[in-house]
Amino acid sequence: MNGVFDLGGTDGLGPIDPPAEEPTFRAEWEKPIFTMFAALFRAGWFGVDQFRHGIELMDPAVYLKAPYYEHWLATFEHHGKRTGNLDLDELDRRTAHYLANPEAPLPEHEQSQELLDFVDAVVPAGAPAARPTDKEPRFKVGDTVRMSTDVPFGHTRIAGYTRGKIGTVIAHHGSFIYPDTAGNGLGENPEHVYTIKFTATELWGAQGDANGTVCFDAWDPYLTLIATIEGAAA
Amino acid sequence: MSNLVPSQEEIAARVKALESMLIEQGVITTSMVDRMVEIYETEVGPQLGAKVVAKAWADPEFKARLIKDATEACKELGISGLQGEDMVVLEDTDDVHHAIVCTLCSCYPWPVLGLPPNWYKEPAYRARIVREPRKVLAEEFDYRVPDSTEIQIWDSSSEMRYWVLPQRPSGTEGWTEEQLAELVTRDSMIGVGPVKTPVVS
Repeated sequence: MNGVFDLGGTDGLGPIDPPAEEPTFRAEWEKPIFTMFAALFRAGWFGVDQFRHGIELMDPAVYLKAPYYEHWLATFEHHGKRTGNLDLDELDRRTAHYLANPEAPLPEHEQSQELLDFVDAVVPAGAPAARPTDKEPRFKVGDTVRMSTDVPFGHTRIAGYTRGKIGTVIAHHGSFIYPDTAGNGLGENPEHVYTIKFTATELWGAQGDANGTVCFDAWDPYLTLIATIEGAAA
Repeated sequence: MSNLVPSQEEIAARVKALESMLIEQGVITTSMVDRMVEIYETEVGPQLGAKVVAKAWADPEFKARLIKDATEACKELGISGLQGEDMVVLEDTDDVHHAIVCTLCSCYPWPVLGLPPNWYKEPAYRARIVREPRKVLAEEFDYRVPDSTEIQIWDSSSEMRYWVLPQRPSGTEGWTEEQLAELVTRDSMIGVGPVKTPVVS
């Protein structure tokens, strides 16, 4: 979708101003929000692509200005409602309660060894997105390709600044879950992934860095062949 | 509207409300939160990436394996996992300097760098680094890359996770991996800062 989250190349957003030091979590509320990603992934509320799309659907003004983990809260609410796992009216009622009584305790509950074991297993193992496919890769390293000009309304990983641009395939990584289906609840539908190298002048014209390049990963359907080198290795 | 963005108090209350509902669903517990926080506050951080870089500087055979398949090479050091299932290391040279970004969200190689700093996840860096990289590095990070060096920005649009293998500083001949690791900064592995200048003791 053509949303403000797709920030690459946007002007006017001000300084970056990196602080010398900052804590991993800047507020107590960031800790449960961070943990909910793993907990709700485990509970089946979303996959990673759907998680991202829930953030993309946020009010763009809030997206640009809110603290980062507010994005996660937004996608949890979106998918909680979508899947029927979360009653937003009840969430409103409890929010009012905790706003009026910030020190009010969380519900009494039993701790769960199963959830601790899940954390200790998933952190080092990860959740790989590589998937086998019978599809043949349509491109090989050295090919000149053009990025899609499509502007889908749902989730995609075609960044606006790469759309229609011509670059060179510099790597083929194998096949992975396809965001344009997975992010829209339409299944994994694995596709080959390549890294495409663009010159800055291709992306930004005369304003691009004369000695700059951008490397961007593209799934097979995002690309059209412009020219190939005979005999190059796949 | 001046209060379009919720205040810290409002977010905190809403998160606590959500947490209370998820606790009742059996989806999360307070000890699960404590464990996740402990891992990313004390166990998984840029010291792990620094260890990998130092080993690559000291051991050419390891470096060759790291460049060929970073995910497998990191596993040799017990480093792996969430948001780094498929990692690629970008080797800086005199001719090419690399930096990473995720213009579409906040993708970052957690197993070697931990959770990203806030500026990496916020709009200004994501918007600008692909368009005016040399200026961003010089003006925002006080890090100057000569015009003769190509600046290559890697935008993490897929699940591949990129990070930078900075150049080994001169004057470190014969240093141990532990000494070398002390020179490696988080920013040098993002590509927005130098490694530390070696001080001979």
